[in-house]
Amino acid sequence: MTAAQVAVAPEATARRSPRRVLPGFGLTLGYTLFYLSVIVLIPLSALFLRTFSLTLEQFWVAVTSPRVMASYRLTFGASLFAAVVNLVFGLLVAWVLVRYKFPGKKIVDALVDLPFALPTAVAGISLTALLAGNGWLGQYLEPMGIKLAFTPAGVVIALIFIGLPFVVRTVQPVLEDAEKELEEAATSLGATRLQIFTKVILPHILPALMTGFAMAFARAIGEYGSVIFIAGNMPMVSEITPLIIIGKLEQYDYAGATAVAVVMLVISFVLLLVINALQAWQRRRTGSVS
Amino acid sequence: MSGGATRVVRRAKAGTTEAAWVRYLLIGITLVFLFLFLVLPLAAVFTEALRKGVGAYFEALKEPDAWSAIKLTLIATAIAVPLNLVFGICAAWAIAKFEFRGKAFLTTLVDLPFSVSPVVAGLMYVLVFGANGWFGPWLQAHDLKVIFAVPGIVLATVFVTFPFIARELIPLMQAQGNDEEQAAIVLGATGWQTFWRVTLPNIKWGLLYGVILTNARAMGEFGAVSVVSGHIRGQTNTLPLHVEILYNEYQSVAAFAVASLLAILAVVTLIIKSVAEWRQEREQRAAAELPPERPTPVSTSSSASAG
Repeated sequence: MTAAQVAVAPEATARRSPRRVLPGFGLTLGYTLFYLSVIVLIPLSALFLRTFSLTLEQFWVAVTSPRVMASYRLTFGASLFAAVVNLVFGLLVAWVLVRYKFPGKKIVDALVDLPFALPTAVAGISLTALLAGNGWLGQYLEPMGIKLAFTPAGVVIALIFIGLPFVVRTVQPVLEDAEKELEEAATSLGATRLQIFTKVILPHILPALMTGFAMAFARAIGEYGSVIFIAGNMPMVSEITPLIIIGKLEQYDYAGATAVAVVMLVISFVLLLVINALQAWQRRRTGSVS
Repeated sequence: MSGGATRVVRRAKAGTTEAAWVRYLLIGITLVFLFLFLVLPLAAVFTEALRKGVGAYFEALKEPDAWSAIKLTLIATAIAVPLNLVFGICAAWAIAKFEFRGKAFLTTLVDLPFSVSPVVAGLMYVLVFGANGWFGPWLQAHDLKVIFAVPGIVLATVFVTFPFIARELIPLMQAQGNDEEQAAIVLGATGWQTFWRVTLPNIKWGLLYGVILTNARAMGEFGAVSVVSGHIRGQTNTLPLHVEILYNEYQSVAAFAVASLLAILAVVTLIIKSVAEWRQEREQRAAAELPPERPTPVSTSSSASAG
């Protein structure tokens, strides 16, 4: 069973770095690349190559038709709104979990991961049931004229739910590692608590905060399951971009679906690069502080 | 004298925490926010499912379509999770234990499926394996079905849960370094022995969490699976798709009954995750409290340089 490993590893070790003691580099990297290609890279390239069946003009028309443009506005607007809410409340939740003691803290901490573990379709129907006219919350909100289910506001609610853990889970460890000595020093130099927060703590956690924000935003843009139940899915009003793709697929408009999908893909690539840059910034920042 | 000491302590504390009313206010806002966004939706699933009593609840779960959806979900998960487990360990071993050119790029590629919309993921596989996709004609000629059949569902599930185990293991293995493994190899252990007896015990809690999260996401995936499944009732319906169908047919109790199975899965996942985290913390604390003269191979180099 180790034959392949032994055959590959020493050779690779000798060629690339004389200090490499551990075996298995060739085997594990080879398998990683193979699996990555089969599952991710080849299907992705299929998507990009498929767009070449369209002329540039057809592509442009497909990705800029009024209904599609309305869906971009909703998807990006709602995702941005939800990510900002998650930024504020995520920081608050992380702060309370790290700095304060209260009964049931461990349960609250565990519960924060619920949106990662609860299937999106379940979240979708459950939020809809809560906010619909006869739901627990909807029955009080609708008489006040606040209608959330089946409107763009419902989309924002679902996306807040989906993105909730990201900011908390990126900020929490950085906040835990933050040195209290700095705050003590700032206090002894006469800073108020608010000054300390904005000038000592916030700069330290800013990269993590932005990373969590970008992750919540990226996740929200692609989200489908939780949104379609609560959105009402009215064209031009509450129809998200992933639903446009599904609609085109159901009409066998593969080229049109692919064109819109490529636009979404390019945006997720850009966001992925932004997240990577933010994480590198965070490593530099925390590395230089400690 | 003692009064002065408490005043000093109080002032030092005031420097690193807020006034009591600020603390209670922040805790209060947090708890209300989390109650509205997490506790209420979870509670709503179960109350809606039991709205017409326990009898109706179990009646909905006994339905043959529900059973075939459960079976299909279990099959897809049972294939997808081990595949991603092997990949996750391989990728983490290569990325965390070795230095090579393009490592940062490879890490980004591993993260890629995380940022791709599930709907786009499903569409990709339709374009490769669908009737007028790359391999479509060949598959049809050999009477094989991938899209609108079980293999497509498995592929879509594998894609959306692709990075979870690797993402969990890479930082963990990087933080632990190579010293223990190198010592084992130098003392004559084979690569497999080193992995099973040195690396695996060190990463077991992180690995467990990665697997359990992958499992939950695999069972609950909706968007990607919905594109490739074709929604054939009793044949290519997974649990989340079955929830959607029942819900759209206004069978609210049945929809929430099936959804409650997935919600129970989510709660169990969170419990296992928390237990794994607590155990890991306790083991790390215990390891840190070991007397320094204990003759473990690590303490010679890593702890000396860390101090």
